[in-house]
Amino acid sequence: MALKIVKGSIDRMFDKNLQDLVRGIRNHKEDEAKYISTCIDEIKQELKQDNIAVKANAVCKLTYLQMLGYDVSWAAFNIVEVMSSSKFTYKRIGYLAASQCFHESTDVIMLTTNQIRKDLSSPNQYDTGVALTGLSCFVTPDLARDLANDIMTLMSHTKPYIRKKAVLIMYKVFLKYPESLRPAFPRLKEKLEDPDPGVQSAAVNVICELARRNPKNYLSLAPLFFKLMTSSTNNWVLIKIIKLFGALTPLEPRLGKKLIEPLTNLIHSTSAMSLLYECVNTVIAVLISLSSGMPNHSASIQLCVQKLRILIEDSDQNLKYLGLLAMSKILKTHPKSVQSHKDLILQCLDDKDESIRLRALDLLYGMVSKKNLMEIVKKLMLHVDKAEGTTYRDELLTKIIDICSQSNYQYITNFEWYISILVELTRLEGTRHGHLIASQMLDVAIRVKAIRAFAVAQMATLLDNAHLLTGNMQRNGICEVSYAAAWICGEFSEHLENPMQTLEAMLRPKVATLPGHIQAVYVQNAAKLFATVLKSQEGNTDSTAAQETSQLMIERLPLFVQSANLEVQERASCILQLVKYIQKLQQKDVEVAEEVSALFAGELNPVAPKAQKKVPVPEGLDLDAWINEPPSESESEDEQPKAIFTKEETKHSRPRHIEVDEKELARRREARKQEQANNPFYIKASPSSQKVYQDTPGVEHIPVVQIDLSVPLKVPGLPMSDQYVKLEEERRQKERAEKKKKEKKKRKEKRSGRGKKHDSGPESEEDITPAHMVDIVTEEMPENALPSDDDDKDPNDPHKALDIDLDKPLADSEKLPVRSHRAVEAAKSPGEDGDAETVATQQPKKKSGKDKRDDKKKDKDKERKKSKDEKKKKKHKHEEKEEDLLRGEVHEPVVQSEGISQVAELPTSTSAEEAATVAAAEAPVAEVVSGAAQDSEPDEPKDTEMEETKSSKHKKKKQKKEKEEKEKKKKKRHHHHHRHSDGGGEESVQNGTVEEEEPLPSMSNYCLLAENSYIKMVYDIQGNLQDGSQVVVSVIFENKCDSFLKSMEFNVLDSLNSKLQRPEGSGPHDGLTVPFQLPPGVSNEARFVFTVQSIVMPQKLKGTLTFIVKNEESSTHEKLDFKLHFTCTSYLITTPCYSDAYAKLLESGDLKGSSLKLEGVNMPFHHLLARICFHHHFSVVERIDSCSSMYSRSIQGHHVCLLVKSSGQTVSIDAKCDEPTMLGNVLDEIKQTFSQC
Amino acid sequence: MIKAILIFNNHGKPRLIRFYQYFTEDMQQQIIRETFHLVSKRDDNVCNFLEGGSLIGGSDYKLIYRHYATLYFVFCVDSSESELGILDLIQVFVETLDKCFENVCELDLIFHMDKVHYILQEVVMGGMVLETNMNEIVAQVEVQNRMEKSEGGLSAAPARAVSAVKNMNLPEIPRNINIGDINIKVPSLSPF
Repeated sequence: MALKIVKGSIDRMFDKNLQDLVRGIRNHKEDEAKYISTCIDEIKQELKQDNIAVKANAVCKLTYLQMLGYDVSWAAFNIVEVMSSSKFTYKRIGYLAASQCFHESTDVIMLTTNQIRKDLSSPNQYDTGVALTGLSCFVTPDLARDLANDIMTLMSHTKPYIRKKAVLIMYKVFLKYPESLRPAFPRLKEKLEDPDPGVQSAAVNVICELARRNPKNYLSLAPLFFKLMTSSTNNWVLIKIIKLFGALTPLEPRLGKKLIEPLTNLIHSTSAMSLLYECVNTVIAVLISLSSGMPNHSASIQLCVQKLRILIEDSDQNLKYLGLLAMSKILKTHPKSVQSHKDLILQCLDDKDESIRLRALDLLYGMVSKKNLMEIVKKLMLHVDKAEGTTYRDELLTKIIDICSQSNYQYITNFEWYISILVELTRLEGTRHGHLIASQMLDVAIRVKAIRAFAVAQMATLLDNAHLLTGNMQRNGICEVSYAAAWICGEFSEHLENPMQTLEAMLRPKVATLPGHIQAVYVQNAAKLFATVLKSQEGNTDSTAAQETSQLMIERLPLFVQSANLEVQERASCILQLVKYIQKLQQKDVEVAEEVSALFAGELNPVAPKAQKKVPVPEGLDLDAWINEPPSESESEDEQPKAIFTKEETKHSRPRHIEVDEKELARRREARKQEQANNPFYIKASPSSQKVYQDTPGVEHIPVVQIDLSVPLKVPGLPMSDQYVKLEEERRQKERAEKKKKEKKKRKEKRSGRGKKHDSGPESEEDITPAHMVDIVTEEMPENALPSDDDDKDPNDPHKALDIDLDKPLADSEKLPVRSHRAVEAAKSPGEDGDAETVATQQPKKKSGKDKRDDKKKDKDKERKKSKDEKKKKKHKHEEKEEDLLRGEVHEPVVQSEGISQVAELPTSTSAEEAATVAAAEAPVAEVVSGAAQDSEPDEPKDTEMEETKSSKHKKKKQKKEKEEKEKKKKKRHHHHHRHSDGGGEESVQNGTVEEEEPLPSMSNYCLLAENSYIKMVYDIQGNLQDGSQVVVSVIFENKCDSFLKSMEFNVLDSLNSKLQRPEGSGPHDGLTVPFQLPPGVSNEARFVFTVQSIVMPQKLKGTLTFIVKNEESSTHEKLDFKLHFTCTSYLITTPCYSDAYAKLLESGDLKGSSLKLEGVNMPFHHLLARICFHHHFSVVERIDSCSSMYSRSIQGHHVCLLVKSSGQTVSIDAKCDEPTMLGNVLDEIKQTFSQC
Repeated sequence: MIKAILIFNNHGKPRLIRFYQYFTEDMQQQIIRETFHLVSKRDDNVCNFLEGGSLIGGSDYKLIYRHYATLYFVFCVDSSESELGILDLIQVFVETLDKCFENVCELDLIFHMDKVHYILQEVVMGGMVLETNMNEIVAQVEVQNRMEKSEGGLSAAPARAVSAVKNMNLPEIPRNINIGDINIKVPSLSPF
């Protein structure tokens, strides 16, 4: 053994450490991979050794290799080993490695749960910290579920270092285990007001992350955040809060109004650019949310725009970038105020920084008007030519198209110009956006009827010159353009100047090199062209021309028939046969043109992309239902379905349609007409939209303005868009001149002054009349289309699961799971289903119950209430706007009861309902508040909070202690998460006793341990859920003197049965150092773990606390003896039990009985129950009038059942347990409890 | 949320990578390469924000980086983080490194990647900003380093010995240590 260790440490000396590894890699630059593979072999050897130091070293090196891209998941198990080392050094290495390479599908993660739990509860805060940090990177849904409760406890740790980490990690837990959000939220909220700024900032951070995804659930926190914003000086916190407000304001415009002032103040006062920027951003968000309601915030807009301009003009590129970013947000709602800075933005387009250019591009989108569109696009086209990198050029291209096509081509006055821009864009080599250009061409040609002739001419030229592009067509996306060109030429072939030439162009052999889907379009449209050509040629007397055309087709088409693409092949062979047939007919001198063109008659209408989705499901139609019953094995299988089908159809669809409407349809039609009338792009002459599409002749009724003669219709070669700009200018000038003539002389002078600098001159939109009166056909939508727009939400978003109402009171079923409960859960599952329902149905009941109590209370509290109301009124004025955001909070009795610390935690409460009862009864303050909320105006929690602090001021001395207890209670609370709220029992509580119930006296489980003039110790013992042989003793030390207490050592004389757990390496008689010092007047809590063997008997352990009392002059050594009393009760753990499982347990006959009678118990029955629950860790299974069954379970799995009956002052308790000795002791202890009062 | 933190040098060699979302090792390397490609071609006098890393995140994500001498510090963040705030955070992080390593240079990061991780862990946790106060960060890091030292560290004593020993004659040293070790170990092992 000794030798082995020695050998290990020698080997150890020759292991490479991380530095050696790095050095080695650097020295083997040429054969790095080979060197690393030998290193990995070494590491594998090292991992096989028992020495944990060697392993840790190996894992450390693996972490480095992981960074270089080596998969180290094979060492996952070794990483877990290193994580579980007791030494901080190794543990840290292990957790680091885990955080770098573990992920959800790493299977060894399952093994870590207990280790992590142990580390989380480690007395060393850095062990805990390291575990939290690691866990934050690899938390899985399982880990989140199992550890949520432990982490939640850590949120109230004494060390801010742990608190802030625990708070942050909760976000990850919520993501993985959404059920934990509601139970944990009250505490998270509490942390917003943590005294430590780091913890506070962490809480703000988490809530901001949550609220960003589901803002509406967090509106009720707005007042709290508002308070933080006005009081905090931490810029990080401020930035987060201000960002959060940005997310909240769209939901609550009144909040926005309140925000404007403090935000503008901040803008004026802060020197931090980051804060200033976020303020501006949020002000913008506010203004956006207000834009509909209040137009009078121009001052704020001006301020923002002004500040942003300063940012944009700054030499710091970062500020410039952000300025543009924010500017684009203003643009959406207040385009006018941004447009005045057009010069600045155009300037940014020339910036050397691509990020800035892109941002400026974004801005341009909103800045165009009819007036400046051409000018801006011209500028962009120049940039397109200059841009060398393809990504930026592509970005430019899409922007140009975006800008032009926005809001239904609103700003385009001249579509010929637009078409020529599109054609110019086709010259870009290597762009990915050929598809985009093509779809624009199609869209414009289809929807702008007036432009078709021009478009067709352009497309014909494009097709003719296609060979210029074909060279690199295959590779670059631009070939998509020929798809559009071919289709347009074919579909609108009647506009073609020279169809024969185009037909030939389309049948060139080179076409066969195009992608299949384009060839298919070529073939199909060649057929359309063919029809047109035939038609024109048949008018002639000479029939040879027509026959030649057919011949051409017959010659060229076989090329496509051989195509590898099915679509092409199929179309080509169809058309080939058709043409051959036509040729035959032609040879017989039969007129075929009419019939051939009939093949392609009718117009295609644009259909909106979402149209299909928007078709409403007719009333009564269930798409999931069988139309026919699934076929049975009956013999008549073959005939029946047919019959049913026809029947069904008539039944379902047709009559439905008629049935639904008439009136409704008429109404809708009316509405639609109204809408069409208001839409400038609608053709109003036609009776209904449907008809326009169906009857092509409608086109003739469209008022099409004569095309300006100065515009050349036939453009030789490829068109130049530039000339349109010039033409447009000329045209406008002409118009202006005409107008001027009409104007009066005075005005004329002014105008001419402006005319000179018309580029930037504020010319109003109305002055510009479009060159073409254009009708833009809107896309077709089905009748009764649903106006929903929610189809863009991603169903896979993990944040969707966190969309949880946080203001509802907690139901017991929601408590965080504690591991030991799961076994129980399985047994009781049948009852579980009802849980959710009961919770839901309870809510209204609770309210009514509360109301009743309210009435009763009102008299008693009238006077108190009066004074409070006065106070409230004062506050009202300040915070009127926040009020109803908070209504939810008032209805959060559970949370409030926790806030009032000395309130007895009621493990009895079978549901949130009863908890509410207690809370309400216990806290008249909350009562009054909610009462007031009901009859007049809702109240703010600030009041409640104030009152709370007041009430706790009474007990100022105990305040600290209370805090500790609160923690405890919360912890305990989670032990009852699966409590089944039994319907019957619930009822009886409701109807029977609620009204007569009085407030419970305050209870505490902490009992005095020892006390002298320096220090007071109180303690509480709890069973450890994870280990049947462990109990945790929490001791609160309170410094009662004016001196500093330090070096406290806690020691206990172990018995055979119970031992204090001491750290490894310390002897059995060593004391434990209490991990803190106590300044005067301060109290703090420490926990000590004891192992016990038998739990059936109570135990007493003697112990001593030694400590040093230090003041200015002297320091003395003091000691205090104590006796720790382990009662049997302390081994019990509150465990919920469903009545059916309870009945089974009693029936099983394994339990032995015993009973107890208490005389002279002078307290209401529910107090009695509460006491048993609280002091002895029982839970109520069922309660009927003054009879109740209760259950608890020991840490070693003994079941304890009680039946408590009360009549007058006599209480009889019948008890059953599988361990009679223990039962006797527990009963004695219960007796003790009641004899004390 | 911060999605990833990458530190690499002017040649794209990673010095520290920290992903707060899972990617395979190959993907991680690809992201590093892409990020390096995007960042390295930018002048020093352009803005420190970059959109368009296609591998991480998508449109909601931004790269925010700073370039110090031979190293790039790149943070990939979503829109819930303040851009200027993150720039400050990078500065805080680098200054903290400077304090902890006393005039930090690339070599410190190369040889002490683990330490850099430990420092980073005090600044950012699970993708969220944990602490921005440099003194607090340094204090926590130092306490933990002291703890490590008190435990003897992973390599503290042996490493020094090793570097001395490595150049020496092999047969000699084990013997020496052998004797010493047995002497020390035996008493504590005797009870068994």
